[in-house]
Amino acid sequence: MIISGLAFYLFSIIAVVAAVMVISARNPVHSVLYLIVVFFNSAALFVLMGAEFLALILVIVYVGAVAVLFLFVVMMLDIDFTELREGFLRYLPIGLVIGLILLVELFVVIGAWAFASDAANQIAAPAPPADQVDNTLALGRLLYTDYAYLFQAAGMILLVAMIGAIVLTLRHRPDTKRQRVAEQVARRPDEVLDVRKVNPGEGI
Amino acid sequence: MEILWNDYLWPTIVIAFFTVVVIVVVLMAVAYTTYYERKVMGAMQLRQGPMTVGPFGLLQPFADGLKLFAKETIIPSGSNRVVFLLAPMLTFFLSLVAWAVIPFDQGWVLADVNIGILYLLAISSMGVYGIVMAGWASNSRYAFLGGLRSAAQMVSYEVSMGFVVVSVLLCVGSLNLSDIVMAQSGSWGFLNWYFIPLFPMFVVFFISALAENNRLPFDLPEGESELAGGFMVEYSSATYAMFFLGEYANMLLMSAMLVILFLGGWLAPFPFLEFIPGVFWFFLKIAVVLFVYIWVRATFPRFRYDQLMRIGWKIFLPFTLFWVVLTAGVLVAFDWLPGSA
Amino acid sequence: MAFIDRAARSLFLTELLSGMGLTLKYLFRPKVTLNYPYEKGPLSPRFRGEHALRRYPNGEERCIACKLCEAICPAQAITIEAEPREDGSRRTTRYDIDMTKCIYCGLCQEACPVDAIVEGPNFEYATETREELFYNKDKLLENGDRWEAQIAANIAADAPYR
Repeated sequence: MIISGLAFYLFSIIAVVAAVMVISARNPVHSVLYLIVVFFNSAALFVLMGAEFLALILVIVYVGAVAVLFLFVVMMLDIDFTELREGFLRYLPIGLVIGLILLVELFVVIGAWAFASDAANQIAAPAPPADQVDNTLALGRLLYTDYAYLFQAAGMILLVAMIGAIVLTLRHRPDTKRQRVAEQVARRPDEVLDVRKVNPGEGI
Repeated sequence: MEILWNDYLWPTIVIAFFTVVVIVVVLMAVAYTTYYERKVMGAMQLRQGPMTVGPFGLLQPFADGLKLFAKETIIPSGSNRVVFLLAPMLTFFLSLVAWAVIPFDQGWVLADVNIGILYLLAISSMGVYGIVMAGWASNSRYAFLGGLRSAAQMVSYEVSMGFVVVSVLLCVGSLNLSDIVMAQSGSWGFLNWYFIPLFPMFVVFFISALAENNRLPFDLPEGESELAGGFMVEYSSATYAMFFLGEYANMLLMSAMLVILFLGGWLAPFPFLEFIPGVFWFFLKIAVVLFVYIWVRATFPRFRYDQLMRIGWKIFLPFTLFWVVLTAGVLVAFDWLPGSA
Repeated sequence: MAFIDRAARSLFLTELLSGMGLTLKYLFRPKVTLNYPYEKGPLSPRFRGEHALRRYPNGEERCIACKLCEAICPAQAITIEAEPREDGSRRTTRYDIDMTKCIYCGLCQEACPVDAIVEGPNFEYATETREELFYNKDKLLENGDRWEAQIAANIAADAPYR
């Protein structure tokens, strides 16, 4: 118990510190790397809660794919640090105002939030022991039975977003020549080669 | 005091001991993988391979390792020092960490977690960071291009690899690696293994593993001929050695994954050979898979980058997606779903 | 039908497999390389390696200091100084070859009227310093003594073609 408590504090402290570093680091690439540390420590916190499936999905999806693409984009940015610092004071008031508004809104939302009436019972109900129901199974059951429609809807939304992004960025350029690999691979010598007998002095 | 000893210290010591054993075994295997590769490649090119250091050149890996570590570590002045040094360590660390869940034999596993295969996928998906960080921190154009290439390449091939794993998991009904192996046991020997019913997935997984490991014919992040060594171009001595070891350990890891998913892990190919310990079969199968790795390397030229991406997204992704649906459909139609409770 | 044929070819990766079949076949071919320091390839009798100054069977050195080799050497690697010995015969007092200049053209041994300077079969004389490659007369005579058997055999083998 002590160990898991210590581990909890360790991971959460690292996560919080890294989260602060994400927004305070000068170099955007460092920011992304700190973001990965945050993801990783959150995954560790999930493991401490016994939700190992969620933890690893977090690592696979966010660390393994999303953050890689972040890093990919950020690395390609050509950032001029002096220019970045110049505008800082000018935009500070606006930034502060926006931050304040968001903070107030957060408080409003949290202030209106209340525990469901049966929440106390839910907490008191014993979770099924981990060695009998592994949480992959539990999550799967929940997602594909109780929340099947919502799950499908989420999938549809993502699909629409993906197709939208492709449609927005797809350019048809009729003047470019493209390689058609299948055609090249399928081509046989007898289709393109014509062996003829040439008599001397006559040409083809 | 006794509680402290019994519940914390003693288990820690035991785990640490087995961890060290696994690491030593893996590193030895890595060292001899380089030897194996040079010998097999040599034979395929009608050469002899290393012959001088020790009998048949058997001590060559150690000579190479010593040479690398005895050299001077050069850190480019324009590089980002911390990230530059972190990148090889990360690669090396991740390649070793993944072995924690690999079952070498029945019960021979450091951490028999329920979601072992997800853990492996997570670790291998993080492998890209070592390369990307190295490419960025080197502050060199070659290295940077190598890093970008590897980021795109590894993310692309992970997707189809994930689907392959899903199709195996559908047949097994568990994410535990030992369960995956045991699901392939039976009186038919090697005919029970999944590479027969899921043969196309087996091939796709192998090719994706080549791309995931940056092995030829997909070694574009390194690309000696156009990128002069890619992300490793600025690395020397111990940092280079760490990349090298990490890369080969990852190769072994992918072979181990292939063996566990499709080739029945530690199971004997024929029932009458079961008296030979499973760990022997496990390493023998890894050696066979590694042979194919090397064989492919000796045979094919490097792919062009757009061809690589085309295979990943336009062929493997639709194909694996189709096969996952087909597998699920067949399993449901014939009521073969495992553990349908 | 042709379409099905092509589709099947690409689906079953026949071309990749035939390529791999070829490399596998080569795996079992005998190797063409030698395990060099322990095995060596055959050398022609005309092989032009390290230089040597030969002696007659009675121990007298062959070189008569005619300086034809010095004259013909295109790299000007040979330096010779000569004066009469006590018995009145003409001998070299200095015979140096700068092996770092030598291009191993073999003109010196062609020019030599008494087969004194020859290029022997030895090609393993790498040194750690540059200075060791400035051969003097003693070194060359010592080479001649060491390799005489093979040099004589080579000259005998090549004699019918001269």
